[in-house]
Amino acid sequence: MGQVSLTIRQTRDALLVVAAGMIASEGILSEADRAIGDGDHGVGMARGFTAVEKKLAENEFSSLSELFITVGTALMMSIGGASGAIFGTLFREGARNLPANEFTSTALSIFLNDGLIAVQKRGKANPGDKTMLDALFPAAKSAAALIEYPLDVGLPQVVAAAEVGMEATKNMVASMGRAKTLGERSLGYPDPGAISMLLILRFLNEAAQAK
Amino acid sequence: MPNSKKFFNDLSSIVDETLDGLARASNGKLRLLDSHRAVIVSAMPDHKVGLLIGGGSGHEPLFAGYVGKNLADAAVAGNIFAAPTPDIIVEATQAIDKGAGVLYLYGNYAGDNMNFDIAAEMASEMNILIKTVRIWDDVASAALDHITDRRGIAGDLFVVKVAGGAAALLGSLDEVYRVASKARDNTRSIGVAAAAGTFPETGKPTFELPDDEMEIGMGLHGEPGVSRSKMMTADAVANDMVSRILSDLPFQAGDEVCVLVNDLGSTSSAELLIIYRRVDQILHQRGLKIHDTLIGSYCTSQEMAGFSISLLKLDDELRKYYDLPVDSLALVKG
Ligand SMILES: Nc1ncnc2c1ncn2[C@@H]1O[C@H](COP(=O)(O)OP(=O)(O)O)[C@@H](O)[C@H]1O
Ligand SMILES: [Mg+2]
Repeated sequence: MGQVSLTIRQTRDALLVVAAGMIASEGILSEADRAIGDGDHGVGMARGFTAVEKKLAENEFSSLSELFITVGTALMMSIGGASGAIFGTLFREGARNLPANEFTSTALSIFLNDGLIAVQKRGKANPGDKTMLDALFPAAKSAAALIEYPLDVGLPQVVAAAEVGMEATKNMVASMGRAKTLGERSLGYPDPGAISMLLILRFLNEAAQAK
Repeated sequence: MPNSKKFFNDLSSIVDETLDGLARASNGKLRLLDSHRAVIVSAMPDHKVGLLIGGGSGHEPLFAGYVGKNLADAAVAGNIFAAPTPDIIVEATQAIDKGAGVLYLYGNYAGDNMNFDIAAEMASEMNILIKTVRIWDDVASAALDHITDRRGIAGDLFVVKVAGGAAALLGSLDEVYRVASKARDNTRSIGVAAAAGTFPETGKPTFELPDDEMEIGMGLHGEPGVSRSKMMTADAVANDMVSRILSDLPFQAGDEVCVLVNDLGSTSSAELLIIYRRVDQILHQRGLKIHDTLIGSYCTSQEMAGFSISLLKLDDELRKYYDLPVDSLALVKG
C-alpha cells in the first residue's frame, strides 16, 4: 500500500531514503563514470547526498519549496563538477513552483518539468546528448501525463520511463561533458548521470510505496 | 584504505590539507579563506582588478601555486578532478573584489563552466563586476573549427601569467579581459600519457593503458586522446606533438614564443630535457625565436606518466605583461 500524496514531513523522510540510496550507490556510479568519463560521479553523488542528509536532519521545513531548495543547495554546494551544478539546479529550480504542503502527482510533474527546463538552460544539453537529461526528459513527460493518478500509481510509471531513457543512453554517443571526447567509444555504456536520475526517482518511489 | 603507497592522512581532507600546506609555505603572503578551499593574496591593492583562477584539484601545483605577485589574486579548489562549487567561488570573489571587478580564468570543462557561471550570477546580484575567460589550449581535444569545445591543460599557466601582468598594470576589467583573451587565443598545447595516475579517494587508475603503449592527446583526467600507439622515442613523439601544435596556429618564421614542457606527474627531469632538446631543434628549424622556456611540473594529473608541450605566441603587448616579475609558490621569475 502506497501513498496518494506525501506531507512535508513524509516528503522529507522520502528524500532521506533517496539520500541513503544514493550514498549506497557510490560504487556503481563511479564504475559507470570510469567507463566513459573520469570516474568521479559516485564519489560526488555520495558526498552530495551526505550533505543532504545533514541538512534534512538539522532543519524543520515549512514548505515543500523550502525543502527542495535545501536539497538542491546542499547538492550544488558540496558535489562540484558538472553533476553538482546539474542536480543542484534540478532541485533548486524544480522547487520554485511546488505546492506548499502536499507532494502529489501534480507536484512531482511540476518538480520534474521546471527542473528539466532549468537544467537545459544551465547545461545547454538536449535529449540524445547522453546525459542525465535522457532519463529526466521522459520522466518529466510521463509525470505530466499522469497528474490525474495518485502518487503511488503514477510514480512507478515515471520510474519506468526514466529507466527506458537511461537504457537508451547505451546507444548514444556522448556529446557533452567529459565523456564527449570519447565519441564513438562511449557507445555501449550508459551515462552515469542518467543512472543517478533514475536511481533518485526509484528510491523516491520505494519510499512512497512503503509509507 | 585504497591500495596505494601514498602519504596521505584522512582521504577526505586531501584538498584542505594541500591548500593549508601551500598557505603555510607562503610565509604570510597567502591567506586561506574560511571554506579552506580558496587561497588569496594577503595584501591586495585597492582598485585593482581581481584575477580569480581555479578548477578541480589533483593538478598541483595548478591552480593555487600561481597565486601571488603579478599572477592570480585568488585560487579556488574543487575536489579532486571536480569543479569547485559556487559558494567557494563567490567567497573568493568577494574577498578580492576591490571595486574594479573580478576576472574568472579557468579551464574549459562543462563542470567548471556551469559552477563558475552560477557563481558569476550570484556575484552580479551582489553588484560585483565579473568577466570570464575560459582556456581551451588542448589542440587534441576538438577540431580547430570547434575550438570552444577544447579542454584547458598546462597552457593555463601562460594565460595566467599574461593575465596576471595585465591585471597588475591595467585599471579596467574590460582591458584585462581583452588581454587575457588574446593570451588564450595565442596558446596551444598537447599532451601524451604513458601511464595513468590514480584517483586518490578510490586508489583506482584514471584510465587503462597497456604497459607498452602511449596515447597522444590524453586529457588531464584520462580523457581519451587522438592516437594510441606503441611507445615511441622522445624525438619521434616530440616531432608528432609539435607538428600538431604548429599546424593549429599560424606560427611564422620570426615569431617569438614561450615554451613549456610540463611533467604530468611522474616523468623524470631527464626525459623532459630530452623532449625539450627536440622541441628547441624543431622551433629553430622553423625560424621561431624562443623568448622563455619553462620545464618542470606545472600542471599534473597525480602521478600520471607523460608530459605536455605548450607554446604561447607573443606580440609586443603580450610580451610586456608576460615579462613582469612574478612570485608565487610554483612560479618565481625576476
Ligand atoms: N551539460 C550537461 N547537461 C546535463 N547533464 C550533464 C551535462 N554535463 C554533464 N552532465 C551529467 O553529469 C554527469 C557527469 O557527472 P560527474 O562525473 O559527476 O561530473 P564531471 O563531468 O565534472 O566529472 C554525466 O554523466 C551527465 O549525465
Ligand atoms: Mg565525472
